[in-house]
Amino acid sequence: MSFPLLTVTAAVPAAGALATAAVPAARRAAAKWTALVFSLATLVLAGVQLARFDPDAAGPFQLTESHAWISDFGVRYELGVDGIGVVLVALTALLVPFVVLAGWHDADPLEPATPSRRWRPTQGFFALILMVEAMVVISFEATDVFVFYVFFEAMLIPMYFLIGGFGDRAGERTEDEAAAQRSYAAVKFLLYNLAGGLVMLAAVVGLYAVTADQLGHGTFSLTEIVQARGSGRLHFATVTERALFLGFFFAFAVKAPLWPVHTWLPNAMGEATAPVAVLITAVVDKVGTFAMLRFCLQLFPGASTWATPVIVVLALISILYGALLAVGQRDIKRLIAYASISHFGFIILGIFAMTTQGQGGATLYMVNHGISTAALMLVAGFLISRRGSRLIADYGGVQKVAPVLAGTFLVAGLATLSLPGLAPFVSEFLVLVGTFSRYPVAGAVATVGIVLAALYVLVLYQRTMTGPVEESVRAMPDLRVRELAVVAPLIALLLFLGVYPKPVTRILDPAVEHTMSQVHRTDPQPDVRVSNAEGAK
Amino acid sequence: MENLIGLLVLVPLAGAGALLCGGRRLDRGGPWLGTLAAAVSFALGVVLFADMLGKGGEERTLDVTVFQWVPVGSFRADVGFHLDQLSMTFVLLITGVGSLIHLYSIGYMAHDERRRRFFGYLNLFLAAMLLLVLADNYLLLYVGWEGVGLASYLLIGFWQHKPSAATAAKKAFLVNRVGDMGMSIAIMLMFTTFGTFAFGPVLTAADRAGEGRLTAIALLLLLAACGKSAQVPLQSWLGDAMEGPTPVSALIHAATMVTAGVYLVTRSGAVFEGAPDAQTAVVTVGAVTLLFGAIVGCAKDDIKKALAGSTMSQIGYMILAAGLGPVGYVFAIMHLVTHGFFKAGLFLGAGSVMHGMNDEVDMRRYGGLRKYMPVTFVTFGLGYLAIIGFPGLSGFFSKDKIIEAAFAKGGTEGWILGGAALLGAAITAYYMTRVMIMTFFGEERWRPAPSPDEPSAEPAAGDRAGGMPHPHESPRTMTIPMIVLALGSVFAGGLFSVNDAFLKWLEPVTGHEEGNSPLGALTVTAATMAVLVLGVALAWAQYGRRPVPATAPPGSALTRAARRDLLQDDFNHVVLVRGGEHLTRSLVYLDHKLVDGVVNGTAASVGGLSGRMRRLQNGYVRSYAVSMFGGAAVLIAATLLMRAV
Repeated sequence: MSFPLLTVTAAVPAAGALATAAVPAARRAAAKWTALVFSLATLVLAGVQLARFDPDAAGPFQLTESHAWISDFGVRYELGVDGIGVVLVALTALLVPFVVLAGWHDADPLEPATPSRRWRPTQGFFALILMVEAMVVISFEATDVFVFYVFFEAMLIPMYFLIGGFGDRAGERTEDEAAAQRSYAAVKFLLYNLAGGLVMLAAVVGLYAVTADQLGHGTFSLTEIVQARGSGRLHFATVTERALFLGFFFAFAVKAPLWPVHTWLPNAMGEATAPVAVLITAVVDKVGTFAMLRFCLQLFPGASTWATPVIVVLALISILYGALLAVGQRDIKRLIAYASISHFGFIILGIFAMTTQGQGGATLYMVNHGISTAALMLVAGFLISRRGSRLIADYGGVQKVAPVLAGTFLVAGLATLSLPGLAPFVSEFLVLVGTFSRYPVAGAVATVGIVLAALYVLVLYQRTMTGPVEESVRAMPDLRVRELAVVAPLIALLLFLGVYPKPVTRILDPAVEHTMSQVHRTDPQPDVRVSNAEGAK
Repeated sequence: MENLIGLLVLVPLAGAGALLCGGRRLDRGGPWLGTLAAAVSFALGVVLFADMLGKGGEERTLDVTVFQWVPVGSFRADVGFHLDQLSMTFVLLITGVGSLIHLYSIGYMAHDERRRRFFGYLNLFLAAMLLLVLADNYLLLYVGWEGVGLASYLLIGFWQHKPSAATAAKKAFLVNRVGDMGMSIAIMLMFTTFGTFAFGPVLTAADRAGEGRLTAIALLLLLAACGKSAQVPLQSWLGDAMEGPTPVSALIHAATMVTAGVYLVTRSGAVFEGAPDAQTAVVTVGAVTLLFGAIVGCAKDDIKKALAGSTMSQIGYMILAAGLGPVGYVFAIMHLVTHGFFKAGLFLGAGSVMHGMNDEVDMRRYGGLRKYMPVTFVTFGLGYLAIIGFPGLSGFFSKDKIIEAAFAKGGTEGWILGGAALLGAAITAYYMTRVMIMTFFGEERWRPAPSPDEPSAEPAAGDRAGGMPHPHESPRTMTIPMIVLALGSVFAGGLFSVNDAFLKWLEPVTGHEEGNSPLGALTVTAATMAVLVLGVALAWAQYGRRPVPATAPPGSALTRAARRDLLQDDFNHVVLVRGGEHLTRSLVYLDHKLVDGVVNGTAASVGGLSGRMRRLQNGYVRSYAVSMFGGAAVLIAATLLMRAV
């Protein structure tokens, strides 16, 4: 038996969570370092995955593992990665160390902790982060629908405690008010995702029922179902396929989130600390869009095509609505949350455009959005921690007192508005062009999003960073070494992937082509044939 | 030679990287380092130019593919360069004028504590602008296009502590983004039409795409050009952009970046030629803007804003010429180059005047400066003569050709366009004479410098605040670039016209046709001279013979409208800003009340869980169990349903 690399990649952060939780109460620093070391070990394992992954190999999944689990119900512990999975595992493993480092002081007790206290916030905070990482990683690796479902739902539990248990300094609010709002946000997050999950559970059971009926044995194995469908042994009635598709899609749309089931995100990202907000939008939410590609499209290609027009419209609404709402926000973190809703609209639009460029762009978008939002949100978090307020109006003239902070904020903001030369431009343009080649009107309308993005980013920058120096920010220190160590690598990555995205697209593309072939769609052809000779002129 | 092209872009980019990330160590040497990067880039340009001259007219093109940038399926974008006579012209203009303005900035920005960053941004601009003109496909061009937009944003807002500067910077970026939308969609349309967006294949296959498709692409490109080149209806940002330091106004908002739209139209010639309706749109935009800018230029008392109106108007001439097709391309680019010399010179002169006058920008507070600033006076004066088209100077050759080409369009259209161009020439002579007289002649109408608390002051004002200005000539680093540009303003047009040298140089790339003007060349020249004299005389009568009041008279309705940029800003404010605010505010409200409410309500009523929901929202997680129960019920029902189906 070969080395179970995928299992280990998920097991290491899980073990790290236990180890961090076990650190004695008084030794907070030791807990932080434990968490950091385990998250870095996970990053190394993700690197090994990338190195051992062969983009050109035949077959959909690599590094596969398969064991019987609950044989009565045909549940198998099956893992495997395609190009999209392996890249998203790497993104997760890359971002978590930054999340840990950025949140270094977020869970320090406000007053010196009394040794007798049982509750250990610092240990808990970092253990929960690693727990989320473990569950996200295994969700990206699972090729058994049931295994995926279990972890897809289970990650709600640590997330719930991260959102409800830790927050920014209260600012102008009283501690009680802040706690009440946090708990509201956490419950809203839980309810929305639980509702989605339950609908999905029904569909998962339904899928089992259909396979049991037609194959003689129930199965949740993605590979087996896809094969059986390809060979004609498994056939979904149209109504069944659509119902099952909707069950899956609803859960993923809540998680992604797509308009109109998006409203939990601004609350959750607003109330959580900035590193947790990054965990939500850059890591956890990606499971939703990832699962659309992996499960919705591959299990139910017919229904996916059937639902496309509606989903494209919902995605367009998300893009414009999210951006307009971002323009109207007065709270920095909520603004970034609405911007993310707009960006998730682009990702979903790209997936359902059903073109190589659209899906290739959407998968690349997941990576780039993860990095750019992490950079923007974390710098915003550093800013907020200095002043103790999330309100845009409480800032002004920061660039004069903290030029490095302002500079990194601007670069992260420019990435968010997809400035050419930075990574998100490539993916956004691919999504647009991929959409345009199938749905010209939708592609053109989505382009309005680039104007709105410039508006919310530049207005945010202008109001917080420029103008006369506000009295309250006069003594604000510039970025510290730890903070710079978080931001600088992210910005370097944004620049690198903006100029040379090929290392990532090379891994993603074969997987995208595979998905396209699953849904039996080919790219539209250009109207005018241009010969190579003319191209060479 | 191929490697040199990449280096041309890379050198200023490396300069920008070093200056922006280099930290305090580079504070002292930064300005010289930045200037050196610009000069090296210019030297590389000259080497490439010499190499190009050594080859025959048709073999002068150099193509280099550096690496594959975005390869996804059939979508291929390369980082590749295309150097021909057209891009060469721009390379020399950008790096030449760019180097001079770097040099000028050493003196101009000497007192600014953030000057290292200023030179970093200037280098970034050079790199992006060179990328724009050297790219061999539209997507890479777009990178340069937005790159210069970024540099422009950073430099307009360079004095960020001034709210007006920060607002102007944001406005410029946003208006340009509207144009960029056009560029984005144009590239997408090229991809779906041709399967590629590289210049070579698109432009050779353009004639097979059908007129409708070409018209759409051309109009989208025109929208992009309107944004970048400040043409009606996207011109409103240029006047505000004068908030930036004056060298920036000279380099970016006069000589180079704002002419990118002319480059785009000329480069995409094959697309426009296949779309006559789009060409009509181009010439209309050009003609309207050349009058619009000129009228605005007449009413401004701020010397930089008067010059900004003039820039808009002169670019209108270029766009008009480019819209005429092969009859006009060469003259559009020729005017672009000569304008690069004299307008950059005029702006640098204005900067020199401000430098000596406590950063005063109101021309009503100037007067009689020729005695105190002789070099500035002479160089500015030569630029003035060049722009109004004084016989023998640069502007005379290039503008005259455009007016002639406009008449040659033929029919009623030709008369309208030619007439507009002639009228524009008259107004140009009027407003430039007005600037000249108010600044250098007449009595001294100076006033004490604004106090340092007033945030409008440019940086040097701090030292001398409070006293009356003591106008003085600027230091050598500032006067040398002014002298060089003045020489260009005097001689460039003439040199280009000897043996039609410029025409022969560009023709292999852009093509050229002689127009059939209903009026002879001499008639056009005579008419141009007549309107020139008229304009100068009118300005002389109004401002030269009578003392200039220190505060502006109320003026006619037209004057008042022109002072407010012909009310475009008011329109934008009412329709876009106010309307947008209402829209976003009501959406924020609705998102909270309606979307949230409906989703919550649906969830509650569907599950019949509304009571438990409320308790859950109070934070009792034990209701988790209840919702699990509800979920299980849904699940069983669904399973039964599936069985039934």
